[in-house]
Amino acid sequence: MSGTFLGLPAFPEAAAAAVQDERLRANLRHATGTIRAKRARAVAELADWAELRAAAKAVKDRTLDRLDHYLVRLEQNVTAAGGQVHWAADAEEANRIVTGLVRATGEREVVKVKSMATQEIGLNEALAEAGIRAYETDLAELIVQLGNDRPSHILVPAIHRNRGEIRDIFADRMADLGRPAPEGLTDEPAELAEAARLHLREKFLRAKVAVSGANFMIAETGTLVVVESEGNGRMCLTLPRTLISVVGIEKVLPTWRDLEIFLQLLPRSATAERMNPYTSLWTGTHADGPDGDGPEEFHLVLLDNGRTDVLADRTGRQALRCIRCSACLNVCPVYERAGGHAYGSVYPGPIGAILTPQLRGTETPLDASLPYASSLCGACYEVCPVAIDIPEVLVHLRERVADGPRHRLARAAAAAAAYVLDHPGLLRAAERAAARTRRLHPRRLPGPGRAWTDTRELPAVPPEPFRDWWRRNRG
Amino acid sequence: MNPDSPTGGSRELVLSRIRAALGRAATTPADRPEDGNGPADDSAVPRDYLRSHVPADDPDALLDLLHRNLVDYRALVHRCTPAELPDLIGALLDARGARTVAVPPGLPPAWTAAVRAEALANDGPGGPLTAARLDGVDSVLTGCALAIAETGTLVLDAGPGQGRRLLTLVPDHHICVVRAPGQVVASVPLALPRLDPARPQTWISGPSATSDIELTRVEGVHGPRTLEVVLVRD
Amino acid sequence: MRVALFATCVNDALMPSTAIATVRLLERLGVEVDFPAAQSCCGQPQFNSGYRRACEPLVRRTVRAFAGYRHVVAPSGSCVATVRTAHPRIAARAGGGLAAAVGELTPRVYELSEFLVDVLGVEDVGAWFPHPVTYHPSCHGLRLLGLGDRPLRLLRAVRGLELLELPGAEECCGFGGTFALKNAAVSAAMAADKTAAALATGAEVLCGGDTSCLLHLGGTLRRQGAPLRPLHLAEILASTEAEPWRAP
Repeated sequence: MSGTFLGLPAFPEAAAAAVQDERLRANLRHATGTIRAKRARAVAELADWAELRAAAKAVKDRTLDRLDHYLVRLEQNVTAAGGQVHWAADAEEANRIVTGLVRATGEREVVKVKSMATQEIGLNEALAEAGIRAYETDLAELIVQLGNDRPSHILVPAIHRNRGEIRDIFADRMADLGRPAPEGLTDEPAELAEAARLHLREKFLRAKVAVSGANFMIAETGTLVVVESEGNGRMCLTLPRTLISVVGIEKVLPTWRDLEIFLQLLPRSATAERMNPYTSLWTGTHADGPDGDGPEEFHLVLLDNGRTDVLADRTGRQALRCIRCSACLNVCPVYERAGGHAYGSVYPGPIGAILTPQLRGTETPLDASLPYASSLCGACYEVCPVAIDIPEVLVHLRERVADGPRHRLARAAAAAAAYVLDHPGLLRAAERAAARTRRLHPRRLPGPGRAWTDTRELPAVPPEPFRDWWRRNRG
Repeated sequence: MNPDSPTGGSRELVLSRIRAALGRAATTPADRPEDGNGPADDSAVPRDYLRSHVPADDPDALLDLLHRNLVDYRALVHRCTPAELPDLIGALLDARGARTVAVPPGLPPAWTAAVRAEALANDGPGGPLTAARLDGVDSVLTGCALAIAETGTLVLDAGPGQGRRLLTLVPDHHICVVRAPGQVVASVPLALPRLDPARPQTWISGPSATSDIELTRVEGVHGPRTLEVVLVRD
Repeated sequence: MRVALFATCVNDALMPSTAIATVRLLERLGVEVDFPAAQSCCGQPQFNSGYRRACEPLVRRTVRAFAGYRHVVAPSGSCVATVRTAHPRIAARAGGGLAAAVGELTPRVYELSEFLVDVLGVEDVGAWFPHPVTYHPSCHGLRLLGLGDRPLRLLRAVRGLELLELPGAEECCGFGGTFALKNAAVSAAMAADKTAAALATGAEVLCGGDTSCLLHLGGTLRRQGAPLRPLHLAEILASTEAEPWRAP
């Protein structure tokens, strides 16, 4: 994944720092609190939500189980409709393909629709190295790009910024990259949106090349689907001469009809809307004829970059059902307090905690800490529109981490604890010893126990365990 | 690697990784009886969700629902009879102060009969309506392929009276005419079978909006900031 | 009716009052209670930390300890959830016929409020507890067991009890087992928000159905010196006018 995340601290350290940031906490609490209630209302409108969710899960599982077939079919149909399909085994290859395609046009700049896949592969940085400037056109991505910041949310990458901060970023930075922010810009969201409209319009009108991702690809027809709100997606997908879409291989759906499920689930889960303002669907190129429409050249780059590793894990595979709606982030109490940056990946929150360690492995302290970045409360699973059992995968990945070489001691300790628990005589002896020495127990513990006693009193050890009470009173 | 090759890059590598991950050779026809929209499709996936959430056979109720949902997402909605349509369109453009209005090929001529603004077409005297030209055009007038009542969605598929996608994107004011009951469907599942995937489509639900500032919806970013919908009851 | 009490290891070692209250409550309702001494921990801490294999003997022990009982009752949503969701997963990988034995036990294990409402069919257990109370539904009972409003229905029927709604009740308290240690800062922040919400209700008692969450919240409240004491649902339901609840 993107180099900008290299060398970051493990989740607990980053989260501990974020928890102290009062402004961040307030921004996240406000934003996620607002969307939670709205999502619940939007979902409650559909009496068949559970059935839609089950169908979505089944479609995705069926697709993953025959992924080779559907990708080949997709390729055939995109090609037949005038598009060109490229296959990238990893980030480096995807970046090389896109860079080559942009170079072949002779252009030095591209406009971009928000895309998780291109963030994941660090495309903007790769293009910059090749002397090609990539302009993000999604409002939140623009805020992140102008602020030299990192995204902290899948859907709303600048969720950690409030309107005042956004105003300052626009006022300070827009001029460096094009049309400056209007004089006297206030922090009114409508004014901020207007500033983005003016700043980006000149870029849309002169752009010759656009880069996008896609929410869905239909194998049966070769159709790509981009779901958005602002119209920047439509601008990028229709105005430039060349369109390059970089899409993860798991985004394919078998049939046109399958959209009837996902176009109901995604908007309500993501922005709590019955339908998002704009959805674009295109099949190859449509530029021929007197009223030719949209790009003359369309390239689809199919991206693996670790996805086949995820596919190989029977329990972890369900993470590939993800449609990037962000409902799990918005409802997660850990995300709300730690913020997205602590996850050290373009995929933050609960889905990130199961996706990142599978895509990148669990070698670094950061990646190995992600499966533990959850209290396993299960709120994420409850709202997931494709029924990814995130707690199940978290525990599964903890097992992978615990089986690793760094955890020999912890593994031995767990085995020892289980041994005592499996031998009631030993357990009773330990309980009684604790009860006898209870007046000697300190209020604050040294070492790892400090993590508890820094903010919490230890439970008072009772005079006798329940076992002894039972024997005296009922035994 | 040749970036222009249709099977450029690591096609075989990725496919072989997938097959290895699934623990089998290539997926065979026997593994995928559900291809296409055949009946086997429904046995593989539980499709016991609703075809629509409201009765699909009550045109008046569907029109009212469409109206409400369009308004809910800040579209300006007007209703009229076919006979009233030309005057209403003319009045809407006047009220907006539009001096120019882009019109797609195949728009019923009657729709522009009472338009006082200058109607601009792609094959008109001023040359093609490029994005740059459209940036200076006040309004655009189109029909649609269909409208979805439950979600308040207009679907445009570049068919007659709709034009290229950029036509309804660059001008800041879009008037879209929906003919009821013929063009109004209840739900997304009932809309998809009526649409042709080979055509480029834009699904529009209200004017351009963003939730990027504090996850609060604000209308008006890059697309038309004013969406007016005329519901014509045949 | 005769049931086996699955006291859970946390209650056994650290909060015997919860298990004692469960015994008194069930006996008052005419249920004969056994405590199979072979029982131990359900293995949740190990399982949720990634030490699945270390749980296998504990799963076997649980199956053995409760063999022959038609109903097994535990005053813990979290431990019952482990038996229902984790034990089948552990057993499936362990082999040796364990999966069948677990499959046979699982439907017989009930969380306390489930047992009262669904099996005994009572909501008014004849309790008396004249205090303002707010209730925190712990996550595993709420989401893995789907307890719904059973605990609230039981509390509403308690004479003298004023039930105060806890804002954001369904949000996790931040305990999460080893999460409380591994991510102590976030855990503490979640506890602080939960205790603040509970204090703002004006309740004297913060009631819950899971002792571990109550130890975490209670430890936080005591450190704050806050005038709110944690009590398990069983302790409130065990309290009567004749015998007001007092922890032994």
